[in-house]
Amino acid sequence: MDVPITLRVDGRDCDVTVDTRTTLLDALRERLGVTSPKKGCDHGQCGSCTVLLDGRRHLTCLALAVAYDGADITTASGLAEADQDALHPVQQAFLDHDGYQCGYCTPGQVCSAVGMLEEVKEGHPSQATADLEAEPELTDDEIRERMSGNLCRCGAYVGILDAIRETSGRTS
Amino acid sequence: MSAQSKEQPTQQATEPVAPRSMGTAHDRVDGLEKVTGRAAYAVEHTADDPLHVWLVQSTVAKGRVLRVDTGLALAHPGVVSVVDHTTAAKLEDTENAELAILQDDAVGFRGQIVALVLAETPEAAREGAALVSVHYEEQPHEAELREDNATYRPDHVNPELETDTEEGDVETALREAEVVVAQTYRTPYEHNSPMEPHATLATWAESAEDSGDSVVLDLYDSTQGVVGVVSALAPMLGLQPEQIRVRAPYVGGGFGSKGQPHSHVMAAALAARAARGRPVKLAVTRQQMFALTGYRTATISHFRLGARADGTLLAIEHRVQEQTSAIVEFAEQTASPTRMMYAAPHRRTSHRLARLDVAVPSWMRAPGEMPGMFAQEVAMDELAEACALDPIELRVRNEPDVDPETGRPFNNRRLVECLQRGAERFGWASRPRESRGRREGDWWVGTGVASATYPMMTMPGNSARVRSLGRGRYSVSIGSVDIGTGARTVLQQIAADALAREPHDIDLEIADSSLPPASVAGGSSGTSSWGGAIVAAAQRFRADHGESPDAGPETTASATANPAEATHALHSFGAVFAEVRIHRWTGEIRVPRLLGVYSVGRVINPMTARSQFLGGLVMGLSSGLFEESWRDPRFGHIVTQDLASYHVASHADVLDVQAEWLDEEDHLATPMGSRGIGEIGIVGTAAAVANAAYHATGVRVRSLPVTADRFLEVPGSRI
Repeated sequence: MDVPITLRVDGRDCDVTVDTRTTLLDALRERLGVTSPKKGCDHGQCGSCTVLLDGRRHLTCLALAVAYDGADITTASGLAEADQDALHPVQQAFLDHDGYQCGYCTPGQVCSAVGMLEEVKEGHPSQATADLEAEPELTDDEIRERMSGNLCRCGAYVGILDAIRETSGRTS
Repeated sequence: MSAQSKEQPTQQATEPVAPRSMGTAHDRVDGLEKVTGRAAYAVEHTADDPLHVWLVQSTVAKGRVLRVDTGLALAHPGVVSVVDHTTAAKLEDTENAELAILQDDAVGFRGQIVALVLAETPEAAREGAALVSVHYEEQPHEAELREDNATYRPDHVNPELETDTEEGDVETALREAEVVVAQTYRTPYEHNSPMEPHATLATWAESAEDSGDSVVLDLYDSTQGVVGVVSALAPMLGLQPEQIRVRAPYVGGGFGSKGQPHSHVMAAALAARAARGRPVKLAVTRQQMFALTGYRTATISHFRLGARADGTLLAIEHRVQEQTSAIVEFAEQTASPTRMMYAAPHRRTSHRLARLDVAVPSWMRAPGEMPGMFAQEVAMDELAEACALDPIELRVRNEPDVDPETGRPFNNRRLVECLQRGAERFGWASRPRESRGRREGDWWVGTGVASATYPMMTMPGNSARVRSLGRGRYSVSIGSVDIGTGARTVLQQIAADALAREPHDIDLEIADSSLPPASVAGGSSGTSSWGGAIVAAAQRFRADHGESPDAGPETTASATANPAEATHALHSFGAVFAEVRIHRWTGEIRVPRLLGVYSVGRVINPMTARSQFLGGLVMGLSSGLFEESWRDPRFGHIVTQDLASYHVASHADVLDVQAEWLDEEDHLATPMGSRGIGEIGIVGTAAAVANAAYHATGVRVRSLPVTADRFLEVPGSRI
């Protein structure tokens, strides 16, 4: 069954007709031509499809598009100002620390890192947080734990950690 | 464009290139595209009104397709057609049984492609594939690798190496040896699992019959080698090579699994042919990859080391048992590093296979070296223990003067320096001599070491084109592929130095089969092979056209064969150090420190090279701790067919991982002074982890992965 929905993607309102079986990821990639979110597994196991959805990091492969009518989505492409190619600080740090190789998981890693840093600011604890009452401190172990939903088969984890640590304002 | 690829390149002997950009860090030239996601991978290229293809796979391991019921599928809204063995175009050559899909009713393994569904949307294609009903006549199959069925002797092992070797009298030497280690080591099935699943966008020109020399089949493919795709497909499809164009501007990793086309590429070609002018998109699912896109065979390594009491090796025997598929033979060269690694007067190696009714195994990062060096380097650790020697000292005592396999001098064997430099940096000297000698709280702590090696290879069939754009700018073209290695960046640096210009003066064109041909991004041979061709073309160009040419002149050249390949044994070496902590109550295993030190010739770009080494070490760590595919022999399929059940290392698993390299240049290897770096990082790493785990706990793990359950009976861990 086809259903018309509206998505706001990287600041642009998009009307799109989706099949009720269409995932948010396929709505973006196949129907809107927005290929910044990648399809690595289609099962919520790799994180390549991560976007910021209404400000939170979100897997688009585990979401049916029809349930997200009106959602505001920011992809890694949208994090950079398209007209000037001005990168988000997280993206610049990925470049500076070579936090990627093939680039396929990278947009998801970038969106996940941006969302994760916001979660820490809001005081969300993680599995690695010792004191659930205190402000979480973004240690290396916290970064690793919070980023573990984003797999990188090239093994760029060391550079990604360096990039996120630098962006968070903490030194090693 | 096709005219250019037919042009005969000049053969040019190369001279060493003076390094200016080479040796300095350069950011990846395609970084902005990657961190924004704007880089377009195979099926992300825009296509006009494409059809979507979904694969239907066999549910039996061996048998015949009796009937394919397509009625329900065709009745599903959006489904356009179903292609099966009764309707697919006939191929002109079916010798490659992996690629010759849909040609007859035979099923050779579970998961084989038995039909294709073409539909207007991915959702309809997927549903259509679920609605195709395939009826089989099932036949008995064999899908389990065992010591009693891995008895078949292949004619050679990958790529064209001897199956067996024998030197001296191993049995007598083992009888006379004062110390003998005789153990069996195992590595599991492993799947390459690049983050971008294999995918192909294919268009078959509508008026193919009268198209003459022009492109008939146009592909964007996620491949490690565009030329390899053309040369595999063209004869099968009855096309001239110039009639197929393959582009792969961005490839989301491969690790060998995209080194040669697998059956989905042919599926895309056949679907495109059936679609008559409409582009088709075929994206292999993560689950399908576990049956269709290659994997590393499980291996069984029977090792016997015989030595004097002082650790001097007298005899090395390495008997390998592993599997191939019945439909296509692939024999992993697991014993190959055993032939050249250590000195010993008596040596015997062999490979025997089980031919199973299973998916086709293929290249996975460091085929041969990865499983073979796991076995050898754990065996060496056991020998060191038996001789009461430091593991590094044992290796130093068994350094050969010349290559034991060929008798030739090594190009520059610096294994001992790698071990010593690593020991210094890692703090090796402070380790307790005995295993189970250090506990911190609830954690046993140990350190381990292993050697690494990888052959230095250059591939034939490369040429490059250099054209002057005037004002000191050049266009440099070669059909090589950057699968994430940094080739696009590094080749620009090589071209700049070879033309005595700056990297920003070079317009580099790659990843297109219409460019001068390039060999596969595999065997750690890419930079050496493509870079050599670029240097040849640049040096020829400068000889013919001088240093300040106007815009226009161009030269296409290939490098002549490297004479050192006939006179020297060309290898890279390394040493891997691991610290392992094992929880005394749960057996949980963590690797807080991992260090690799490498001798690889000149490192052309320290930034991308470090990432390559670290990536190899991380994949080695992953194989050491997690990776294991399980096949159910009753049905013949891999059960762990997704990333939730086939575990690879994640952020939380990767702690302090470091890599460094010795300062060197190797002009016996390439005019750049470099050797390859893509694979050596995975070699020996799992052995270092297993050896460290032994040092921590006294429990010797001889089969990968090293998992928590192995340590639940550690003496002293129970109350």
